[in-house]
Amino acid sequence: MRRTLFESFAHGPLTEPAPAPDETGLVELAKAVNRAARVKLGRSLSIRQVDAGSCNGCELEIHALNNAFYDLERLGLHFVASPRHADVLMVTGPVTKNMREALLRTYNATPDPKWVIAVGACAADGGVFAGSYAVAGGVKDVVPVDLTIPGCPPNPRQLLAGLQALLQNAA
Amino acid sequence: MTLLDSIIQRETAKQHRPWPRAIVGEDGWRQAIDLLVEGRCSLLGMWGDAPVVHMALLAEDFREIAVVTYVCADGSYPSVSARHPAAGRLERAIRDLYGLDAVGAPDNRSWLDLGFWGMRHPLGKRATADKPQPYQFLPVEGEGLHQIPVGPVHAGIIEPGHFRFTANGEHVVRLEQRLGYVHKGIESLMEGAPLERAAQLASHTSGDSTVAYAFAFAQAVEVATQATVPPRATYLRALMAELERLANHFGDIGAICNDAAFALMHAQTSILREGTLRAAEACFGHRLMMDEIVPGGVVRDIAETGVGQVQALLAKIRSTFPRLVELYDNTASLQDRTVTTGIVKPEYVRQFGAGGYVGRASGRGFDARRMPGCAPYGQLTFDVPVLDAGDVNARVWIRIREVEQSMALIDQILNHLPAGKIYTPVKPKAKACEGLGLAEAFRGDVLVWLRLDGKGRVERCHLRDPSWFQWPLLEVAIKDNIVADFPLCNKSFNCSYSGHDL
Repeated sequence: MRRTLFESFAHGPLTEPAPAPDETGLVELAKAVNRAARVKLGRSLSIRQVDAGSCNGCELEIHALNNAFYDLERLGLHFVASPRHADVLMVTGPVTKNMREALLRTYNATPDPKWVIAVGACAADGGVFAGSYAVAGGVKDVVPVDLTIPGCPPNPRQLLAGLQALLQNAA
Repeated sequence: MTLLDSIIQRETAKQHRPWPRAIVGEDGWRQAIDLLVEGRCSLLGMWGDAPVVHMALLAEDFREIAVVTYVCADGSYPSVSARHPAAGRLERAIRDLYGLDAVGAPDNRSWLDLGFWGMRHPLGKRATADKPQPYQFLPVEGEGLHQIPVGPVHAGIIEPGHFRFTANGEHVVRLEQRLGYVHKGIESLMEGAPLERAAQLASHTSGDSTVAYAFAFAQAVEVATQATVPPRATYLRALMAELERLANHFGDIGAICNDAAFALMHAQTSILREGTLRAAEACFGHRLMMDEIVPGGVVRDIAETGVGQVQALLAKIRSTFPRLVELYDNTASLQDRTVTTGIVKPEYVRQFGAGGYVGRASGRGFDARRMPGCAPYGQLTFDVPVLDAGDVNARVWIRIREVEQSMALIDQILNHLPAGKIYTPVKPKAKACEGLGLAEAFRGDVLVWLRLDGKGRVERCHLRDPSWFQWPLLEVAIKDNIVADFPLCNKSFNCSYSGHDL
């Protein structure tokens, strides 16, 4: 273990510079966020991830945000275990009819002010699963959405750019 | 002697490949159940198909597969789960989707239908939905017991499902799972889909196994239409499959240790996982390699710089991974959590026909790459590691050994990558045809069974995730362990929700 730790000290951080905020996201967000909320929250946001029916691809890439290359927490963003501790819900997947109720309850359990990010092509409009008897639609068909991050799945850099856009406006 | 020799058959399906499919009556169906009960074969899958139920059987020695079909004259069939519990959830799913009843089944509760679809039996004769009834969890009686409901929204960045723990103090006396939350109706979207769209749906069934699903789907189509695949494409498919296995195993090994609060391992294996995904992107333009495998071959050739990237990745893994393995093995506090935790007995694994690391950590050495096998694995050398302990530690060690095997496979693939085409268009058959494909995903064997119509469209496609036969064993593995060890047990299984719920 010692060797692994020493080497980590010696070679410096693997973390890469964060990408610039996603411009399309900024325009979308400017409408959604008010100044009062910014003052209250400071430069830090807590995120609760909700899988509302995804194939698990988006979850894998959201997970990657915590690895040494992307190190999400340096930006003041961190994932929390309960919606009651969250400012932001990151929702993935087409919303299945079986998850609709759980998503609504999670949304209602999140204190105001709050933002919802729809992550990935399925969260945007149901993606490849749109039209199924078991799918309620995209996230916006169930709860209000403030920002959409495209991609199938969005890669960690796209996710970071989207979150940066949120941070610039919200925090 | 073949599997079907001991089963009375009415007729044989003519366009079913590569294994035979027999249509049986009640006597033949019961003989097939006898084979399962006697352990002469394991259940490889069971699915509805309008008025019939199919059951795929895998011979005890893994050398042979057969499908038996029962025609449900009055909308019902003799229950398999009444004598062979591995079929239980499959029968419940068949009832939810098709409305076909398993007569004599011990459990008639719904499984995928949670009462929100606005209809019943979406793949069979659609009926209007009844008012949703509250789900009846199994009754638990006894002094000092309490229940812990968890989910469907979990505390981590994971898929949704519900776990109902009954505990006595710290000890779990029963876990009952409730799944179906991410049911997307994939098999219904498959009906009538052209091959391109169907391949895309298969690819998006379970994101962590997107390569394996696309691989199994392509195999099923190719075998049904008797298409030939260029050798270079088969090697590229195997390269993708092994990269996918590496990425997932690195993620799992780290996550299991992280659930024992050993974050260092998680940080280190996450670096290896990220390196693997980046190499995949350099080769094929997508980190998870989604939608790369299609019937007839692969969508794009490996990028020129890709080979170098993969070789650099292997060098990096070879220089760091052995040290991490040593760290895992020499950290007493970690071993204390994984050794003898969450044991699955070999007889359960055999009875349920559990594949992947769950099966191999408990003595069942089935690996679809070896037997029945598919191109190009017959030309490559690799071992299938098997252990007997059946605990969390054994499931970690199977992954460690498989990382080593996958690296050796990638070496061979890169050294012997044939030149030539990467795609040959699949010519649809003039008549309906059926095919069965089996691919080894990182968590076990993925089965795809399909029937194409005369125009090359999908009439029926069933996708069976390995988790169907692993989830029930997690309920057994956690019994008598402490609640705090559930994350470790669960992660060591890492079953799919999306692949299971479909």
